[in-house]
Amino acid sequence: MITPRASQQEQAAALQLDADGNLKHFLTLDGLDRALLIDILDRAEGFLGVAQQAVKKVPLCRGKIIANLFFETSTRTRTTFELAAKRLSADVLNLNISTSATAKGETLLDTLRNLEAMHVDMFVVRHADSGAAHFIATHAAAPVAVINAGDGCYSHPTQAMLDMFTIRAHKGGFEGLTVALVGDVLHSRVARSQITALNTLGVAEVRAIGPSTLVPARAAEALGVRVCHDLRAGLRGVDVIILLRLQHERMDGGFLPSEHEYFHLFGLTEKRLRLAAADAIVMHPGPINRGVEMDSGVADGDRSVILEQVSNGLAVRMAVMSMCIGTQNLWLHAAGQRPLTETGDA
Amino acid sequence: MPDNAAAGSPQAISIRGGRVIDPAANIDAVMDLHLADGAIKALGEAPAGFAPQHIIDAAGLVVCPGLVDLSARLRQPGREHKATIASETRAAAAAGITTLCCPPDTLPAVDTPAVAQLIRQLAEERGYARVLPAGALTRGLEGEHITEMAALKLAGCPVMSNADRPVRNTRVLRRALEYASTYGLGTFLHPADAYLSEGGLVHEGLVATQLGLPGIPEAAEVLGVARDLALAEQTGARVHFRGLSTARATAMLAEARARGLPVSADVAAHQLWLTEDAVAGFSADAHLIPPLRTAADRDALRAAIAAGEITAICSDHQPHEPDAKLNPFPQTEPGMSALETLLPLVLGLVREDVLDLCDALACVTAHPAAILDRPLGRLQPGAVADVCIFDPDARWVVGEDTLVSRGKNTPLRGAEMIGRVRWTLLAGRVVHEAKG
Repeated sequence: MITPRASQQEQAAALQLDADGNLKHFLTLDGLDRALLIDILDRAEGFLGVAQQAVKKVPLCRGKIIANLFFETSTRTRTTFELAAKRLSADVLNLNISTSATAKGETLLDTLRNLEAMHVDMFVVRHADSGAAHFIATHAAAPVAVINAGDGCYSHPTQAMLDMFTIRAHKGGFEGLTVALVGDVLHSRVARSQITALNTLGVAEVRAIGPSTLVPARAAEALGVRVCHDLRAGLRGVDVIILLRLQHERMDGGFLPSEHEYFHLFGLTEKRLRLAAADAIVMHPGPINRGVEMDSGVADGDRSVILEQVSNGLAVRMAVMSMCIGTQNLWLHAAGQRPLTETGDA
Repeated sequence: MPDNAAAGSPQAISIRGGRVIDPAANIDAVMDLHLADGAIKALGEAPAGFAPQHIIDAAGLVVCPGLVDLSARLRQPGREHKATIASETRAAAAAGITTLCCPPDTLPAVDTPAVAQLIRQLAEERGYARVLPAGALTRGLEGEHITEMAALKLAGCPVMSNADRPVRNTRVLRRALEYASTYGLGTFLHPADAYLSEGGLVHEGLVATQLGLPGIPEAAEVLGVARDLALAEQTGARVHFRGLSTARATAMLAEARARGLPVSADVAAHQLWLTEDAVAGFSADAHLIPPLRTAADRDALRAAIAAGEITAICSDHQPHEPDAKLNPFPQTEPGMSALETLLPLVLGLVREDVLDLCDALACVTAHPAAILDRPLGRLQPGAVADVCIFDPDARWVVGEDTLVSRGKNTPLRGAEMIGRVRWTLLAGRVVHEAKG
């Protein structure tokens, strides 16, 4: 009588992919297979060279309008999305919604309809609510593409993919790697996406390290991680250390007694770093709280790849945006409209 | 169907050839049922000289008491943009429900006799279903001052309730329970520890962790039940737990009943079918409070129904306007439109061998009537002629066009239901007759 609902993975796949498995939206890494993630990384590799060219633009999204819809403030992520769109020759609209329409009581759907009426081709969305990107993709009129630039505690797939890009650049691949995520997994959309990406790409083990207050319920089963409450034990032999940002409001929420104790137990110091594999790299999605998540010495040390992450972010975002626009052009073509740009295989 | 079903005096009606099931009297047999003057006149042979003005052919159908629903929000007064007493009692009639108890969280709350009388009056004018408003346990449901319960009882409130807002202050709750029991009033409590449940959206478990949604831990309900049981024992008050959702809380209820405490509980029908998995894909229609929990919880709730520990199944109907669910999941309003899926979901338990048909119908007729302390939900001569006649095998699909309720918000959209109401009679009047 009541058939079980499709799983999150199946639903996410159905929402993001067209009938041929091309990427329509990029909302989450749930439901995307290894081949597609590798494809994103390979395309990003190709875009890395664009920054070194005399002309820093490719025409893949020429004639397209890309709107950055930021319902939550962000400087770095918005800037890299804007730059990525411009390098793809798109026209970019930046909308800081938290200070405009919704503050006047307009619903998200109203805002969306207004922008659709302006014939925007792609929305890059950041929102404080988990599931906001899913919601927008579900209600956006085809063929508008939606890219999730971070929603609530759920997903931040471009950040995760740029981290995968960085890991691959240093480690050559994913097989056999042991990766430690340290800190606030509970509230971290970055962590959720990274864990999904790492497991899909076939690492040997993902460890989630933090106090019980910051590890979500049934994390081992729900996310596919090994939970560790002791940093030293968790770091032993790992190839990659990803530190998660600790927000100050976690102290007020009663998740932690103090930043001091957190650093004492979970802060990464050079001494603790020596427990990891000799060639382990240290990553952080930024912005860093020095002296809370890690020592300055570690952040600026030779094992840190934090600044590389920022520059790789651009290439990954160009890859994802061009893939979604490419699928959109196929759709328009099928609907009998000539796309303005031919994307070929790019 | 006329806009006003209450017009005219009830006819003499014979319902012929149906399988009559009256759980209160343990009757399950093919026989006729005769009604006149709004009451049941006889089962089987018609009384001497009985001349029916109307005959209903119920061959192949089940004839049972009109359903009694312990929790259905009608949204009036105050939230008429979601639904009205007229729209929802009409849906209740289509669902075979003849009596429903609405929680006191209207605007204003049912904390004065005037609001209770308004609700009853609006329902009586329409005449599709009997509405019994639960009175507010505390003023404005704010959990600080107890209400004028004796006056609310006189105004027709069968029980007191703080709707789904837990009374934080245990001293206030203790006084409220004592005061209610002074007037023989039972109390409906939604067990939840406010500190643990506040801010939560879904069951704290696998799906919450995967979707990054704030969870409501099992312990929130367990603590609520533990506290309320302690107060029930201390005060001797008659406490009814509304909408249990966890295995642990259910076990505590069973233990308390075994010790002889005067406590009872119900469960929403959907909790016996759906689990947290329904939230996958950020399905706002599955945003419910109490949240859908695990398969183990669902199975424990079914076992408690089978064992007679939980004695009533309700709809926990919460109709919404479409906009209430058109937002990112955390911004949506909780609750589902559930009147019309109540009977099919209960009948489904029979097919899955949880209960036999008579016991299943008891959970939506005689048992909830007893919890409301009203002589309803039975078919004995002299009883009010509230009758539901349904086809146990008819199939229909839940959808915007099939639901009569103004609220189309249900995670069961698209599901096939087995069991469809053909006629509903309220106090001897036909208030619903299905086409075809």
